[in-house]
Amino acid sequence: MTEPAAGRTMVQVLHDTLRAEMARDPSVVVLGQDVGVKGGVFKVTDGLQAEFGPVRVLDTPISEIAIAGAAIGAAMMGLRPVAEFQFADYMHPAYDQIVNQAATMRWRSVGAWSVPVVFRAPCGGGVRGGVYHSQSIEALYGHIPGLKVVVPATPGDAGGLLRAAIRDDDPVVFLEHKALYRRGREVVTGDTEVIPIGVARVDRAGGDVSVITYGMGVHLAREAAERCAAEGVETEIVDLRTVSPFDREAVARTVARTGKVLLLHEANRTMGPAAEIAAFIAEELFTELDAPVLRIGADDCHLPYNASEEAAILPDVGRVTGAIRRLAAH
Amino acid sequence: MSAPAGSPISEDLLLRIYRVAVLTRALDHQLWLLTRQGRAGFVLTGRGHEIAQIASAATLRRGHDSAWPYYRDMGVGLALGVTPYEILLGALARAADPHSGGRQLTMHLSSPSLRIGSVSSAIAAHLPHAVGAAYAARVRGDDSVAVCWFGDGAASEGATHEAMNLAGVHRLPVVFICENNGIAISVPLALQMPVERVSDRAAAYAMPGVSVDGTDAETVYTVTRAAVERARGGEGPSLLELRVPRITPHSSQDDDAYRSDAQRAAAAAADPLPRLRETLVERGLLGLDEDEGMVRAAREQVIADEDLALAMPDPAPERARRWLHAGDPPHGGAVLPARYAGWAGVFGD
Repeated sequence: MTEPAAGRTMVQVLHDTLRAEMARDPSVVVLGQDVGVKGGVFKVTDGLQAEFGPVRVLDTPISEIAIAGAAIGAAMMGLRPVAEFQFADYMHPAYDQIVNQAATMRWRSVGAWSVPVVFRAPCGGGVRGGVYHSQSIEALYGHIPGLKVVVPATPGDAGGLLRAAIRDDDPVVFLEHKALYRRGREVVTGDTEVIPIGVARVDRAGGDVSVITYGMGVHLAREAAERCAAEGVETEIVDLRTVSPFDREAVARTVARTGKVLLLHEANRTMGPAAEIAAFIAEELFTELDAPVLRIGADDCHLPYNASEEAAILPDVGRVTGAIRRLAAH
Repeated sequence: MSAPAGSPISEDLLLRIYRVAVLTRALDHQLWLLTRQGRAGFVLTGRGHEIAQIASAATLRRGHDSAWPYYRDMGVGLALGVTPYEILLGALARAADPHSGGRQLTMHLSSPSLRIGSVSSAIAAHLPHAVGAAYAARVRGDDSVAVCWFGDGAASEGATHEAMNLAGVHRLPVVFICENNGIAISVPLALQMPVERVSDRAAAYAMPGVSVDGTDAETVYTVTRAAVERARGGEGPSLLELRVPRITPHSSQDDDAYRSDAQRAAAAAADPLPRLRETLVERGLLGLDEDEGMVRAAREQVIADEDLALAMPDPAPERARRWLHAGDPPHGGAVLPARYAGWAGVFGD
């Protein structure tokens, strides 16, 4: 396709990638609630049913166990299903299927069965979605062997990572921050690019302080890095892109460069992915550190509908800037 | 509903169903000995369910239709061509167990070549998988049917409703078979569901539901074949309830103390094997001497398999993390004893 001069939003790139993968491979199917006629509540699957028919783009009942479980069974029979959950918050009923079934299937059959399913869901807060349209659930799945957890931060990454997830022979939990769906446009030239799962990206280079993050955290870190640059502090932003397995080598490289680390995510702070990465740094990279490792996450609370209360719980640019300054001054 | 009049099964098939049932029973017996000897860690079997399992599995197109059994379905497995040797390797957690390499508990079958889905200890989790397999057949335009077996306890799970609902909405080619033994570990059916029959629920999914005596081979075969053909013909899913006794405790870790002596005796009295044997003898298809020989041969076969399986090595501990992800070289699987060359379960050899 011809790339619009203004570029594309994350929603557009996700849509175009799904469409291209369905055209390329007849085993790719999409199922979920509202994915058909409506084209998904965020329009990621817009027009796909008209193009590929009501069987390959299956409108299901509101039935997350069946969506996940049918995707697993279909994958075992050779399809590559992309299962859409309307919100990450509504993946919880399917947790048994994803964790007890998809994640264990290859292991428990000593390699005989494959479950190449992508479990897609919009995640994240800051949009006044309240407690049931705002959750960041990546840690719940990052804990589970056999699952990969991907959280793209940019339109181009969303496309390249979704392509990789669909072609992956193992189950992938693919979480799209809903506030990034239309946040900006990007000219995505590598329309067939597969971005390998598990490989991080340096979003911004800098020698003073590292911010290791993913998803919405990348955008908070960018703004904070701009502010700190005006004060003479150079921030390196590492976008993990994949929460599990996270890119240990990329973490080691940036820690070696700056010796000062801020771990940032929108998921709750306690038991969040940052805790695991901090433990890795403490175990493997202790001698590289020039300052204590800092963490910023949501304030261990559910997200309210009220905007000021929501803002009080979520990480923001001010907190990130403060943490970078504190590290730089150490 | 009762079975239609007249025998729908050839004499040959009826005899083969019995032969596989005798083998299933011999293996069942041996597994309980192994657990009492401390050699098998955990055993649970479907004693009393065999005829329901084997006669229903006999309606599949083997290797074409997909089978989604649960952990009591030894009869389904043996009917489709799994060998007792493989099940013994699994019960003893040996490295060569082709179903799970000794990772899963006893009778957790898995065989892509026979299109048997991997059994989960989490009950009812496989019903949506069967529906997904039926959906895959729809996508590909092939005429394979997904057949799914589960217990009455599984009928209480939310996954069961969701699977049947999705199958009903899209009229997918799947057959749901509930082996209803009236008790979910210790909780009787009346405390599992407020309706009398599991099959009563079929109406909610716009599918036919029948409840039949699961100890009668001809009835089971008739209703299952009709449901499989219905699914294959594009007419959608069915729900079959096969009423069976549970002759053993739930598992080797269960004392069965919640049942009275009379209840346990009633279950034993409903044993489907003597019933089929009498039918075969009455019809002149089986002599009593022949039957004794068949039972003895099955026992010897299972003991010979057990000896072989006991001699096989455990997995190396460092193997434990293998096969978490794609790309690992495949598991070697079991080299079957020569007696299983051409073994096709109830489908003849």
